[in-house]
Amino acid sequence: MLKRPNLSIRHALLSGAAALASLFAVAQAEAADPIKIAVIAEAQAIAGASIPRAAQLAADEINAKGGVDGRQIQIISYDNKSSATDSVRAFQRAVSDDKVNAVIASYISEVVLALEPWAARLKTVMITPGAASNEITKAIHNDYEKNKYTFHGYLTSAELAQSVCDGAKDILVNDRKMKTAVIFSEDAAWTTPLDVGYKECLPKIGLQVLDHIRMSPDTTDFTPIFNKIEGEKPDVMITGISHIGVQPTVQWKNQQVPIPMLGIASQATNSTFWKDTNGAADGVLFQSVSGPSVAMTSKSVPFADAFNKKYGNFPSYAGYTAYDEVYYIADAIKRAGSTDSDKLVAALEKTDWEGTIGRIQFFGKEDQFTHGLKYGKGLITGMISQWQDGKQVAVWPPEIANGKIRFPSFIKAQNQ
Amino acid sequence: MLALQILVDGFAISALYALGATGFTLIFGVSGVLNLSHGALMVLGAVAAWAATNELHAGAYLAALFGIGSTLIAAFATYFVVVRPLQTSRAIPKEETEIFVLTGTLLWGIMIQELIAYFFTDNAKTVLPIVEGVVDIFGVRTPQNEIFTAVICWVVIGVLWLIVNKTRSGKAVLAASMNPRGVTLLGFELSRIYIAIWAIYGVLAGIAGVLLGMFLGVSSYSAGPLTGSAFSIVVLGGLGSVSGSLVAAYVVGYLETVTAYMINPAYRFIPALLLLVAVMYVRPQGLFGRR
Repeated sequence: MLKRPNLSIRHALLSGAAALASLFAVAQAEAADPIKIAVIAEAQAIAGASIPRAAQLAADEINAKGGVDGRQIQIISYDNKSSATDSVRAFQRAVSDDKVNAVIASYISEVVLALEPWAARLKTVMITPGAASNEITKAIHNDYEKNKYTFHGYLTSAELAQSVCDGAKDILVNDRKMKTAVIFSEDAAWTTPLDVGYKECLPKIGLQVLDHIRMSPDTTDFTPIFNKIEGEKPDVMITGISHIGVQPTVQWKNQQVPIPMLGIASQATNSTFWKDTNGAADGVLFQSVSGPSVAMTSKSVPFADAFNKKYGNFPSYAGYTAYDEVYYIADAIKRAGSTDSDKLVAALEKTDWEGTIGRIQFFGKEDQFTHGLKYGKGLITGMISQWQDGKQVAVWPPEIANGKIRFPSFIKAQNQ
Repeated sequence: MLALQILVDGFAISALYALGATGFTLIFGVSGVLNLSHGALMVLGAVAAWAATNELHAGAYLAALFGIGSTLIAAFATYFVVVRPLQTSRAIPKEETEIFVLTGTLLWGIMIQELIAYFFTDNAKTVLPIVEGVVDIFGVRTPQNEIFTAVICWVVIGVLWLIVNKTRSGKAVLAASMNPRGVTLLGFELSRIYIAIWAIYGVLAGIAGVLLGMFLGVSSYSAGPLTGSAFSIVVLGGLGSVSGSLVAAYVVGYLETVTAYMINPAYRFIPALLLLVAVMYVRPQGLFGRR
């Protein structure tokens, strides 16, 4: 019944070996510990589908070059089905279960605004690739210590309005001597500050605002709306649409409404828009931050081509921003030497990154739009494109334009 | 001028509603099924037509036929996969069959809707119009497509009427809606009649879906409201009454159009729903309801 001496020696040897092995395992795990970035996006919406794909492309490229200080980037995707509640659940899961280091979330303002308090509570960095509401940066400015984890990785509605006005000034007023406009936007969180911006900047460039139409995003029949607008005889319709796009455009063409459209039309930035509208998109002028075969920066075209090669279509605007975000998050982690959220925030604030949409820098604590992207020459200016014969043609600014503006025959535009 | 605009616009949309509602009420009248996947089947037809143009590069006519054919197949699938097994199941008590079928078709509709969103995104799609251009009707600039829509809807309804009232098989279907047992006594195969009615339904819903796709466009999100709209019209007109649905479709179509033009496009669906509530209080069997 006495324990044989060999057994205890064996026990000691075995436990020793086990201890060594686990030490090795821990060391291995730490070295291979990936940087996890959650991507919460509307995978079934055309604009949203590009977000996880572009993020994955960026991660693959960075990993192929050795990752960040030897650590690989892992993208964990969540489809939020365009729902704010699903997004919140995804965010909670991403942080508590999947233990992500940062979150890239959504192109819908209502979703981002719902997630902002959660980024604060769970002290996790969140960057949006596409929402526009001014409220996002306003919350950060008003309560910096709490909300500093959120970064607005896209132009604010105020900047979008300015971008449209800058383009409209050259295209509509200087070139075509237009005098009047009607604002045509969907009733959503992001258009409230957009329309305020429009009402302010349009008269400054010489366009009198005759009317301001806000439509329910559930509208399917735009005939009464177009009728009303036509009755007011404006020279142009300045748009603020994202949730809707295909139906008003098709009906605009079918009804042959003789007034051109220019402005923010998110769906028009998607490469599938021509097909979705069966070509009714011809002549639609839209603002974007980049476009296929437009060399906004040296990285724009290589990214768009790589995305097209891998996925069979060009990315939506939110794809460009999501791609840049993975890169500058990796860059910030490298500069901070850590994935600790507070250190990451400090590093992100110092971002000076050449992305695919321009030069990326964030406003600081003292600026009005804290953690928003800086807009202007040398940074991000945006561009205006027009759909012509199935292609997105860049028409403004002149430095990157690769075509002239052309309207369909039913448009009565002066100096066509 | 505005009145004329409302008149023209309202006519086309009402005709579309009429076609959709006719199919819906036929299925209920003959086989007792409230098919809550109705909207999804219409959307499926429109999206299939869109896909035919864009993925298979088919012309407008071929795409439309493809769309109608797709809805027809889906209608058969609805019958054979969802409705019939539930109706013939021994595990379900007789009194509860209708609820099960209702729920079954509802879930089936959601499945179709989600599949469409999965494969084609939830973005709106439009079908290549067969007829393009505009025409002037007493000063109202009307897309020719709208006129085409109204004409086709009424032609189809007319053909349906001819089939049901003048052909032998059509009359059998009508008889089956009144008295299924009586029809079997006369030597007709009830199962054949059901297949015939689902075929007719598939074609009607397919045409309605494709036309809607050409006129306004659809998305996977449209499925629910389309079913709701057909349901309200059919209840308003009287479940099982085809002429009732036709009248109700025009009442609802014009109510919506007047609201959209004169009050606010955002509120267009409200008056019809209010009317439905009122009718439920005052005359629950609907305008022309039989039972």
